[in-house]
Amino acid sequence: MIRLDVRPTPSLAMSVLSPVIALTVTVTLGGLLFLALGKEPGRVLSMFLFEPFNGARALTELGLKCTPLILCALGLGLCFRANVWNIGAEGQFLMGAITGGGLALWVTNAQLALSPWAFFPLVVLAGAAGGAAWAGIVALLRDRFHANEILVSLMLVYVADLLLSWLVFGPWKDPRGFNFPQTVNFSASTELPRIVPGLRLHWGFVFALVAAVLMWLFMFRTYRGVRLQIGGPAPAAARYAGFSASSAIWTTLLLSGALAGIAGAFEAVGPMGQLTPHVASGYGFTAVIVAFVGRLHPIGALLGSVVLSALVIGGQLAQSRVGLPASVSGVFQGILLLSLLACDTLIHHRLRLVGWSRRTAP
Amino acid sequence: MNELALLIAATLAAGTPLAIAGLGLLLNERAGVVNLGAEGMLLVSAVAGFAAAHDGGSEWFGFVAGAAGGAAVAAVFGWLVVWLNTNQYATGLAVSLFGSGFSAFVGIGYVGKQLGEQPPHRVPFLADVPFLGPALFRHHPVVYLAIALVAAAAWFLYRTRAGLLLRAIGESPQSAHALGYGVRRIRFAAVVTGGALCGIAGAYLSVVYTPLWVEGMVAGRGWIALALTVFATWRPGRILLGAYLFGGVTMLQLHLQARGVHVPSQFMAMLPYVSTIVVLAIISRNPLWIRLNMPASLGKPFFPGA
Repeated sequence: MIRLDVRPTPSLAMSVLSPVIALTVTVTLGGLLFLALGKEPGRVLSMFLFEPFNGARALTELGLKCTPLILCALGLGLCFRANVWNIGAEGQFLMGAITGGGLALWVTNAQLALSPWAFFPLVVLAGAAGGAAWAGIVALLRDRFHANEILVSLMLVYVADLLLSWLVFGPWKDPRGFNFPQTVNFSASTELPRIVPGLRLHWGFVFALVAAVLMWLFMFRTYRGVRLQIGGPAPAAARYAGFSASSAIWTTLLLSGALAGIAGAFEAVGPMGQLTPHVASGYGFTAVIVAFVGRLHPIGALLGSVVLSALVIGGQLAQSRVGLPASVSGVFQGILLLSLLACDTLIHHRLRLVGWSRRTAP
Repeated sequence: MNELALLIAATLAAGTPLAIAGLGLLLNERAGVVNLGAEGMLLVSAVAGFAAAHDGGSEWFGFVAGAAGGAAVAAVFGWLVVWLNTNQYATGLAVSLFGSGFSAFVGIGYVGKQLGEQPPHRVPFLADVPFLGPALFRHHPVVYLAIALVAAAAWFLYRTRAGLLLRAIGESPQSAHALGYGVRRIRFAAVVTGGALCGIAGAYLSVVYTPLWVEGMVAGRGWIALALTVFATWRPGRILLGAYLFGGVTMLQLHLQARGVHVPSQFMAMLPYVSTIVVLAIISRNPLWIRLNMPASLGKPFFPGA
């Protein structure tokens, strides 16, 4: 029998080791899964573990995948620390894609000639507005009507998805798109400025890195940021200190919604270059895992996004090369989060084998 | 008149999976465990049910496989949250993410396949009563099973000693522990039972209601079932009421569409989700009332030593 004993103090070593153990468990289970499917585990695993990091082009593609994950996970980490369970980042991401993509569509149709650097702040603002508005519905219903934010934010994912679908099948459909549900390709003036010419990585990646640093400053170096985090684990203490729960709800939801919205706007305008139903790629849900792998810490979100981006890219490679369904990366993501949560038990508990030793114990 | 009968029949059919899954989640929550993995459990059991019904040739085989699949996923979830005290919200979410990936992964070979034709189900004599027959008595047996399960759960929770214990554990696990009851064992049992019920609901979706397997076919019904527990203020009878209400909204949307009401189909399809939000807001408006009805230890881990 294995028994868990509560540690007197949380183990620092384990809080660092736990994501590593979880990743090892995930890779092992993944290898066994591939073996069971008759695929060469070594070859498939290298698609997940090595190829995303192999060479300059692969690394910039990795950075491109990281960008939305970092942005969404930053806000989610803040929410979860404040005990606000915003699970609907995917919906806020989609709304950002709609507002950001809508702006790009308008610029395209009006044939405005903008420099990429003039359009960049506009698309950030449009995305932030869309995402924050969507999260604002959650905040309003939670604050005024005490409606459960988990369920409301999730229901809004389905609503945002249907709204996008209506737009690309209806009013925004490309009239010369052979009836495909998609808008026209956005014009060159809406392109996000590239970091390296010829490669797809855009300055949104740098924006995400800067946002991570700003979020770190906000969370740990401002009174307001620290105050938010007290309300999570100790609501009674926060109330006693006069911290307003309602302001925490609004701040965390609006901020995380805006960040997810910016991520969606970047995705629509950047790599996609048009709106299609495929903008809904699950980044908002993957970001939940990024936030946990990153210990709900802004800098941890950077590391977590690298791990999860590699899984997403590996899943795409496994699909195109050995015909595994793309959902294999979803399986990996679920196993990773589950084993991470299980390993986190070791931070607060010590494992002890009991049963044999019971007789010999004094 | 006949149209109304068909609408009632469709409502009962659409509400059934919500009722069964909602009932399973209610049992979880009455024991103090929030299960955000419902969507994933429904997906896994839907694919397990469809696969078993397709390969085994009998829909009952599908229901057994669905219940087993739901219980298996719930056992993993229960082991993590009950024995390892992991965060219930995060763990449930992980189960949902895993379930949607895993079901798509194993279900890829079943996309586009069909189940053998099943004879229509008719309750003898009653099925021929005008109006009531087509509305109420021409359903799959699981539709009636849902009603029976709700009645059984109400009897169990309010009329048996074990039910009293389950409710006590949801309110104050410490007191139950002090009286010598195995809180963790009972919580785990409640989670696995809830998972098996979600499994029956998932199998109903893919074997009877749709009946086919498509990736993501549960379409948020797991989350709606979770909202139902709040709507029902954790009482079994109201789960049934809520489930049929949502079933009615879903059906009304299809009905209006078929009648050629000129609203884009996407806005119609939003109705179940939007009405869930609206109903949640209305029900939760009075926080005191929710707090009075909600199991006091809901979502809180239990440490036997503390």
